[in-house]
Amino acid sequence: MVTLGDEKPAKPGLDALRARIGRLEHGQRTPRVLPLGAPALDARLPGGGLALGALHEVEGVRAEWDDGVAAGFCLALVAPLAAALDGPLLWIARRPDLYGGGLAALGLDPARFVFVRADGDRDVLWAMEEGLRCAALGAVVGEVGELAPTAGRRLQLAAEASGVTAFLLRRRFAPARLAEPPGVASTRWRVAPLPSGPAPLEDLPGRPRWRVELRRCRGAAPGDFLVEWDDASGGIALAAALRDGPLAAQPAAGGGARMAG
Amino acid sequence: MTRDPMTPDERPFALVHDVGGRLGLAAVDAAAEAAGLQPGLPLADGRALVPNLATAELRPAEDARALARLAAWCGRYTPWSAVDPATGGLGGGLGAGILLDVTGCAGLFGGEAALLGDLVTRLGRLGFTVRAALADTIGAAWAAARFATDAGAPWRVVPPEGARAALAPLPPAALRLPPAAAELLERLGLRRIGALAGLPPETLEPRFGPELACRLRQAWGEAPEVLSPLVPVPPLLARRVLAEPIVTVEALACGLDALAAELCRRLEAVQRGARRLELTVYRVDGSLRRLALGTSRPSRDPDHLERLFAGRLERIDPGFGIEVMTLAAPLSERLTALQLVLGPAGTGRGRRSGDDLAGLVDRLEARLGPGRVLRQDPFESHLPERAARRVPALAPGVPAPWRRGRPRPLRLFERAEAVEAVALLPDHPPARFRWRRVRHRVVRAEGPERIVPEWWLDDPDRAGAPARDYFRVEDEVGRRYWLYRAGGRWFLHGLFG
Repeated sequence: MVTLGDEKPAKPGLDALRARIGRLEHGQRTPRVLPLGAPALDARLPGGGLALGALHEVEGVRAEWDDGVAAGFCLALVAPLAAALDGPLLWIARRPDLYGGGLAALGLDPARFVFVRADGDRDVLWAMEEGLRCAALGAVVGEVGELAPTAGRRLQLAAEASGVTAFLLRRRFAPARLAEPPGVASTRWRVAPLPSGPAPLEDLPGRPRWRVELRRCRGAAPGDFLVEWDDASGGIALAAALRDGPLAAQPAAGGGARMAG
Repeated sequence: MTRDPMTPDERPFALVHDVGGRLGLAAVDAAAEAAGLQPGLPLADGRALVPNLATAELRPAEDARALARLAAWCGRYTPWSAVDPATGGLGGGLGAGILLDVTGCAGLFGGEAALLGDLVTRLGRLGFTVRAALADTIGAAWAAARFATDAGAPWRVVPPEGARAALAPLPPAALRLPPAAAELLERLGLRRIGALAGLPPETLEPRFGPELACRLRQAWGEAPEVLSPLVPVPPLLARRVLAEPIVTVEALACGLDALAAELCRRLEAVQRGARRLELTVYRVDGSLRRLALGTSRPSRDPDHLERLFAGRLERIDPGFGIEVMTLAAPLSERLTALQLVLGPAGTGRGRRSGDDLAGLVDRLEARLGPGRVLRQDPFESHLPERAARRVPALAPGVPAPWRRGRPRPLRLFERAEAVEAVALLPDHPPARFRWRRVRHRVVRAEGPERIVPEWWLDDPDRAGAPARDYFRVEDEVGRRYWLYRAGGRWFLHGLFG
């Protein structure tokens, strides 16, 4: 497994080739990226940040009802976008249970969110595609259970056309029936909970921490990260500043490299 | 107007109803009439005259509904159509009536005679026996339709200013009089309306009551009479009569295209924008289908209006074909050209409407349903489920800032779910809980935060609700939940990130 350390030494030939492939893929346009604020993550992502005008997929380890963790990480990806771009954030779901008070508690402005309630996966995907045509939006997030490959490809193309970034939050209300097809998203993340960070008092929950597995990323190798939600800075950001010690007890999900930055 | 019953045989037919405890005839068809039957005759006498008489029970409510549907169908000729109030139901032997104000509409159908001919032919095809007349006044048309037509010439156009002449040879019953008044006139030998015209008007009222004089003046056009239309008339309406009945979605979309362009021209002429739209299609079988939707901001952009209907035209069942389409804006707001230039992005022409949020909201609500695109505004309430108020996404007003500093979950369930939980001490957080058959061991917890129901709000549901003690807890793997205890029971109300 390639680690960040191995990659860093200058490989000008490889970088040039990557840039050229990127230009071919995106038709002369270099894809815009937005740093997530966590050095270890940003260094792994091609271009140094999350690609804008692309589709990103987030799923929890238990893709059922109990998905606060996946929703939290999805918002952590959306937050830097919300800070950097104007325009409302469209959040499309079957169950309208995302809570304004919770968003405010995380330092996000709930007034930026426009909530859409759709009746099923088909309507969620349709509404996402409709939203992705509207360049006035900051981002489009959809909570989807099953995803057909064509639907994912349509979203990716719509996002590329308008430059609006799309997030698919996988949320199933029943166990999956089909084997998951290979994704078409630019990045695909799987999020697992971790015991929270230190708190002023021992028994209190601290800052949320997650183990995030970058399972697929166009133009970069997959990896495994431990991240913390940094709400002390007034907003939320991904902080990879974790010591290895206390987390060594946690078994890593895959064989991915563990990042510390 | 009568509809032929669906009797396969040619037996004389009558509708019967209960008159003072025994059945009497309410209406008879042509065959029964030829055999000497009349409305009002007891059924026993009718059966004696016509032994093979077929009967059915009179159902006035259903007749009234059918008549109202038919009046709505007549909307294909004019937006001003109504059930004749003088002859509700079957009209007491004079035939049920529908009134149309066709002022300015005849030109669309090739003239007044052509309009009436079209009306009679179409209704005839639907199985109705129709008599129609067109005149300057409601009274004159009513009289001419009932007393100046026959099976050979079922419709008649009374020329402009010709009401007096046309009415003169007709009996007084043509004046929409109560039967008693008409009978009195007959007895006095006043068998023609023309004879009444010769009498001094001031003598009519004392002798025959105010009704007669009023009806006479109405028929001659000396007293005003207005039609109260079936549907409030949308002043902004575009209409399209199709040369051939259409059944395909593509043809519908094409018709809508033209309608939207015309409606927007009308809206522009009065400097308004549509807030609600109604697409009505009239089918060849005489029924209609209506599709209504709203816009979040006034709009007169044909592309925008058309896109709202995209994906919904498929839901219109064309039946055997659609022959007339109308697009109306029953609700509109002022929208000036200046607003289009300065106003919120893309409310009008000239911009790519795909770029604007209002257009997006409309498209989403058009397909998903009204009230599906919302924003959350903070609301002064201690109860978390009330503290976020859902309002339309584009509702005006700047929301107040949200309260921060207290733990609030990312996902808040609409209804808290009961969980089995064990706390070591009465005021302590739970040590373990079971939610949806999954056990969680609580490792860390924060709380309690006591939230008291708002007894001062007049809500009987919450009057006796116990206070809630909320805890934010974290289980052994790091999942975080929002639990509360109320009245000794535990509930899970939300999930943290």
